[in-house]
Amino acid sequence: MSTPLAEKYLRVDRLPHIWCRGCGHGTVLGALMRALDEVEADMDRTVVVSGIGCASRAAGYFNCDGLHTTHGRALAFATGVKLARPELRVVVITGDGDLAAIGGNHFIHAARRNIEMTCICFNNHVYGMTSGQHSPTSPRLSLAPTAPYGHIERDFDLCELARVAGASYVARAATYQARSMARLIARALRQQGFAFVEAITQCPTYYGRRNRLGSAADMLRWQKEHTVDVARARQLDPAELEGKIVVGELHRADWPEYTRAYAELVARVREEGTS
Amino acid sequence: MPHEPGVRLMQGNEACAEGALAAGLDFFAGYPITPSTEVAEFLAERLPRTGGTFIQMEDEIASMAAVVGASLAGARAMTATSGPGFSLKQENLGFAALVEAPCVVVNVQRQGPSTGLPTSPSQGDIMQARWGTHGDHPAVVLAPWSVHECFDLTVTAFNLAERLRIPVILLTDEVIGHMREKVTLPDPSSIRRESRPRIPPRTPGALPYEDRHSDVPPMAVFGDGNRAHVTGLLHDRRGYPIGPGPEAAALIRRLQAKVDARRSELAMVHGEMLDDAEVVVVAVGCVARSALRAVRLARQEGIAAGFLRPITVWPFPEERLARLAEEVRGFVVPEMNLGQLVYEVERAVRGRAAVRAYSRVDGNLITPEEVLGALREVARP
Ligand SMILES: Cc1ncc(C[n+]2csc(CCOP(=O)(O)OP(=O)(O)O)c2C)c(N)n1
Repeated sequence: MSTPLAEKYLRVDRLPHIWCRGCGHGTVLGALMRALDEVEADMDRTVVVSGIGCASRAAGYFNCDGLHTTHGRALAFATGVKLARPELRVVVITGDGDLAAIGGNHFIHAARRNIEMTCICFNNHVYGMTSGQHSPTSPRLSLAPTAPYGHIERDFDLCELARVAGASYVARAATYQARSMARLIARALRQQGFAFVEAITQCPTYYGRRNRLGSAADMLRWQKEHTVDVARARQLDPAELEGKIVVGELHRADWPEYTRAYAELVARVREEGTS
Repeated sequence: MPHEPGVRLMQGNEACAEGALAAGLDFFAGYPITPSTEVAEFLAERLPRTGGTFIQMEDEIASMAAVVGASLAGARAMTATSGPGFSLKQENLGFAALVEAPCVVVNVQRQGPSTGLPTSPSQGDIMQARWGTHGDHPAVVLAPWSVHECFDLTVTAFNLAERLRIPVILLTDEVIGHMREKVTLPDPSSIRRESRPRIPPRTPGALPYEDRHSDVPPMAVFGDGNRAHVTGLLHDRRGYPIGPGPEAAALIRRLQAKVDARRSELAMVHGEMLDDAEVVVVAVGCVARSALRAVRLARQEGIAAGFLRPITVWPFPEERLARLAEEVRGFVVPEMNLGQLVYEVERAVRGRAAVRAYSRVDGNLITPEEVLGALREVARP
């Protein structure tokens, strides 16, 4: 991946990456890289924060300040970074287990505070790093080493969760549509407030193999057949949307942003203190 | 603007918060828990007025994480908690130790285990403060015995945290945290502030963990344009992950050596009546107050009693104890747990003198009379 763009945004000395053949995480990394380029991100003033998992290893590939933290806690660490230096751009990279299981509490509260950061969840529907156990986004009845008889729990809709928790921007894209994913991430990077992008990505090694979904190419084809753009989804009735994944920009709202609200509070308190 | 200098009546928790401000605190993240909550409440009021940041996070795990994140972005950062909250902070405390993020963690001890006796004092976290997080890691733990010392040692905690790039724990307890005493606050300008070694902005070829010139590598603070990679994986000088081998061992040994190499400076003690002592009471925190009283009462009875208070619990002042062990008949170690400090005393004494443990775990402070009773037993066997 030694293109001029990669030279500019990635630690090329860290490549090749650690991900398996056919894994979609590299596609999401590429989309984020192009989005950073589109918004002309200053990489001296960008911090990429991640948790633990295959997805979270992406933080180590970006050529900027990077913080690879503990499992599930990326958003909480990122909150500290952003509050200490609000002028920095903070991007959080996380997996579906990292974000929605162990880190679920931090997810809803970062969204509720609407603190400015761009959170990208690489959703491969399993715990990739620990070899495919079920995650909060594993579909009902899917198979996993910790659900050998079929997973009986319901899965989380991460975008819906982000929206109701108070995020300013919510979008979803899949790896088969990498261009549109980059575009949606770029919009997230421009948003004032907490911006969330769910990137649906394939894990042929664990999820695909265990559930007999075929090769990476087969899994991408599956994505194409099961995704519906949000504009078109609005014209379909619930029965037609059954089993479909809605992609595109799902939500945007302009709530007060946390670091700005805090700066206003400080200004007000200090003014009162001197008068 | 920190405090006005002068005499004030204040609570231990407040003195701790005041000390933090005097030490240049600019970031606090916490989660309410008795008996530490006053630290957060006090800072919620004061920090915005100094232009600093206060945030109540969603739990203690998040508070610790936010503190480390802020520290890596250059802030002088602190959190405060008790019992269950201290347990929750452990994983990210280890992260702070490994990535060398300076920070201060206040643990106002309460009686455990679990929810225990939430409003009662304890010293049950002496070992957790040293070994609570998994893996080998450096630890500096300071234990004040008065309100005034809460102020002073919080300043010390910040300075050590910054200079050594380590998390420093201030280990107090419900008695010290809630007690009110007279404190003489020094002129803020007289308080020495040490800062972490830091790589200048945009230094070409900067390595975030360059340890060839000092055992405390200068920090590549986020946003300074040095593009640091910081990870909880074992890492090389560039901050990049490494596998098993000599480099991994060298990192773990260096982290521990930052404290070991400075033991004599770090291991502070307070001793009284030790010159001719035959029996020495070793106690920390609130129990040391009863212990000193007991030593004075023992002297009135003609017992040659002495008093030794580790101000620094970790690294434990074992050299001092070892020297005393050559001279005295025995030690009494009263503590509000089933025996934690006493292990360290025994380790330092190595059988050269008697060591008598005295435990109390009913949630009440050990009295001077109880310590005196134990002293008599060792002095007149
Ligand atoms: C506290 C803690 N618990 C468990 C683990 C083990 N662990 C590492 S990664 C991971 C799951 C990662 O899954 P996900 O977030 O979905 O990311 P992916 O690997 O699929 O990209 C787990 C459980 C850990 N490192 N820390």
